[in-house]
Amino acid sequence: MRDIHALLKQRHRLGPLEPRKGGLAFVTVPRENLRGLLLELRDTHGFTHLVLLTAVDWMEDGLFQLTYMLNNRGRDLTLGIRVMIDREEAQGDTIHDMWPTAATYQRELKEMFGIDFPGSPRLDEEFILEGWTDLPPYRRDFDSLAYSQQTYAERPGRVTHDPREYMKSKLYPDGV
Amino acid sequence: MKDVDDKFLKNLDRTVPLREELRPRKVTTPDGQEIEIEPLKDYFCEAAPKVHAKSYFPIVEDFYNWARANSLWILGFGTGCGAIEMRPLMTPRFDAYRYGIQWRPTPRQSNLLMISGYLSVKTLKRAIRAYEQMQGPKYVVGLGSCTINGGMYWDSYNTIKRLDQYLPVDLYIAGCMPRPEALLAGFMELKKLIKAGKCEGANKYAENFATYKANQKSVIKDWDMPDYNW
Ligand code: SF4
Repeated sequence: MRDIHALLKQRHRLGPLEPRKGGLAFVTVPRENLRGLLLELRDTHGFTHLVLLTAVDWMEDGLFQLTYMLNNRGRDLTLGIRVMIDREEAQGDTIHDMWPTAATYQRELKEMFGIDFPGSPRLDEEFILEGWTDLPPYRRDFDSLAYSQQTYAERPGRVTHDPREYMKSKLYPDGV
Repeated sequence: MKDVDDKFLKNLDRTVPLREELRPRKVTTPDGQEIEIEPLKDYFCEAAPKVHAKSYFPIVEDFYNWARANSLWILGFGTGCGAIEMRPLMTPRFDAYRYGIQWRPTPRQSNLLMISGYLSVKTLKRAIRAYEQMQGPKYVVGLGSCTINGGMYWDSYNTIKRLDQYLPVDLYIAGCMPRPEALLAGFMELKKLIKAGKCEGANKYAENFATYKANQKSVIKDWDMPDYNW
């Protein structure tokens, strides 16, 4: 992995390599360089398999992180490529022409995070939700508990215990 | 339980427009006529469900109930995790068939709807359609804590928490997930209730039709079916 990183670092303005267990590593790349990097990894370095495309909401920093996981079967390497995009604008670049499966991931990201990928096929069709009218539900400013309390009828009488306190009171009723 | 912070307010202004192909409109037929169509009305009967009156003689009604209790046909509609617990019941180990309980593939052929776990809003829509297409007298059984009070999906943005708001439930079987033994016990209990004439779910649905519809429509925002589809 280090050899590939050293080779591509200058040209694609890669961040430092963050190795994890086994053949897994992460690297950050500016949005403009993403496409070139992905193409080169796929065509020259054998990262032919797009494992997943997902997002992380860094609400406090005003950023979305897109993570593209690529796998090189031959050398058993997995590289996670991170791209930070603006949370307000929330727009990424579609890669469905490189990996057709990416179109499905992009549809999911559009529905669950509200990240737009102009040009991606069937992007505006409903993916899992039906008739959703609120914020995209995976955004962190969407409060799932509050939403469900305001939407779905509840049956009274439900109680919750803090597991730690509850076990204590059950096992040591005298407090010793 | 109170929410930790209730700053979040759900969006109430947005509505989901009816899908294009379901809107009332003018079309030209192949032979050049112009006709008005309304897809949600044209193909469905608009009559609301009616209350099915009891027999005049109690002994006849008792006989009916005895017969109903011994003829339970379950709709094979699996939602949530619980669908998996119904499969062993069909096999020799638990063998529900010896109690006269069997599974059917379509709503028209069955009279017992088992909601086997959490219902997302999307599935609720299908469950309502399936329930309304079943012939009366029909029964609903809710399996698992998800149908009772939300279970572990109590804070989910897309699952309902209380089934009896949307469909008339005759019996709940508690557990997460109830084992096949619990289901068998539940069936026995259901039979007792039917014999005692206490399973009037279909009539309850007909009587409180407006309330049920209002509840259903409050969560299903893209209502794209007739109000009563049977
Ligand atoms: S009650 Fe438990 S087993 Fe049943 S659907 Fe809910 S989570 Fe799954």
